[in-house]
Amino acid sequence: MCLAVPGKIVKIKKNMARVDVGGFLRDISLDLCPEVFIGEYVLIHAGFAIQKVDEKEAEETLDLLKKMAEAI
Amino acid sequence: MKFIDEFRDKEIAEALIQRIQKTSTRPIQLMEVCGTHTVSIFRYGIRGILPEQIRLISGPGCPVCVTPNGDIDLAIALSRQKDVIITTFGDMMRVPGSTSSLQKEKAEGRDIRIIYSSLEALKIAKEHPEKKVVFLAIGFETTTPTVAVAILQTKEEKLHNLFFLNSQKRVPPALTALLQSKQVKLDGFILPGHVSTIIGTNPYQFIAKEFVRPAVITGFEPLDILQGIWMLVKQIEENRAAIEIQYRRVVHEEGNPIALSKIDEVFEKDEVRWRGLGLIPDSGYCFKESFKEMDVRNFDVEVEPTREYPECLCGEVLQGIKSPLECHLFNKVCHPENPIGPCMVSIEGTCHTYYKFQ
Repeated sequence: MCLAVPGKIVKIKKNMARVDVGGFLRDISLDLCPEVFIGEYVLIHAGFAIQKVDEKEAEETLDLLKKMAEAI
Repeated sequence: MKFIDEFRDKEIAEALIQRIQKTSTRPIQLMEVCGTHTVSIFRYGIRGILPEQIRLISGPGCPVCVTPNGDIDLAIALSRQKDVIITTFGDMMRVPGSTSSLQKEKAEGRDIRIIYSSLEALKIAKEHPEKKVVFLAIGFETTTPTVAVAILQTKEEKLHNLFFLNSQKRVPPALTALLQSKQVKLDGFILPGHVSTIIGTNPYQFIAKEFVRPAVITGFEPLDILQGIWMLVKQIEENRAAIEIQYRRVVHEEGNPIALSKIDEVFEKDEVRWRGLGLIPDSGYCFKESFKEMDVRNFDVEVEPTREYPECLCGEVLQGIKSPLECHLFNKVCHPENPIGPCMVSIEGTCHTYYKFQ
């Protein structure tokens, strides 16, 4: 039940957003994560954005892992 | 970047497995607290590819599974009231109570509706002013702020026919209970990524400070889990105990302050009952005074005496004391078509995951 998925914001209207989750469009509440923009990814749980997905952090994690893999 | 496929790279996974193998020198037991982790670990065959001395144990992180029978019986009793509409997440439908389930009650004609978000309960309440609408608010800290928003909106919109069966639970006190019970040797925790998105790192610091165990907040893709395990193994081999974040793309030290403030506005911490773990101080929430009129526990409704299925081992499975394979009911009388305990119902339940993937 703590399942949450990343979705891309395609439209914002007041405190609601339309998100693209793997090609499916869903309307979600931004009440818990209001400072977001179209094109950004948010983590979605039970009809709410609960956190912005930080692309820079994701890239840093992957870079670190790639370097680790190359070093083997 | 879509934040999914990138974290399923085979070559990096192989490199991480090698790192874990090289770093690990002693037998250890790690608990994955969250049921969604258990599903990922089985789906990607992670138990099978780890060195033999690293044992993963599934923990109590399935909200449906830890909801005590008494709450399910209360929901069933409420559904039998003529003027009540029950709204619930789908997972709760098939969970057996003492003698019935919401699914059986729905088949008997009770008005029970599956919803995806707490806000849908508000919509149903507005559409049916003549009915009392009850939302079964089951969940951990990931879900709690979404329930809090619904409660705040109910108040703001002056809706007087929406009520909540609050069975929200807090993960950190359950970990205290597990560490204090000492029934299972735990050398470290794979901490739940999405709960931690909300609560951050602070509520877990006792694990490192008081119990001197390492813990890593981990994501749910295979590279996340393998990196989380590698970080734990490194801490153990270096004799360190700290709360670290692997899932940095969505988890920050401070959590989600807006979500935390919503929880704080509506709820205060309370001692609540967990299936298997019993009563745990501060492990749940009660309503603050100004929201108590929405608490369905104030309803005058007769609830049947609570009964547990005597041979069901869900309580022990939730604490990592027993594996589903040790239960005499598993895959005999208890299977997803005929679940005896909640751990076989929920897609995040340990028994369901064992059944599906073994």
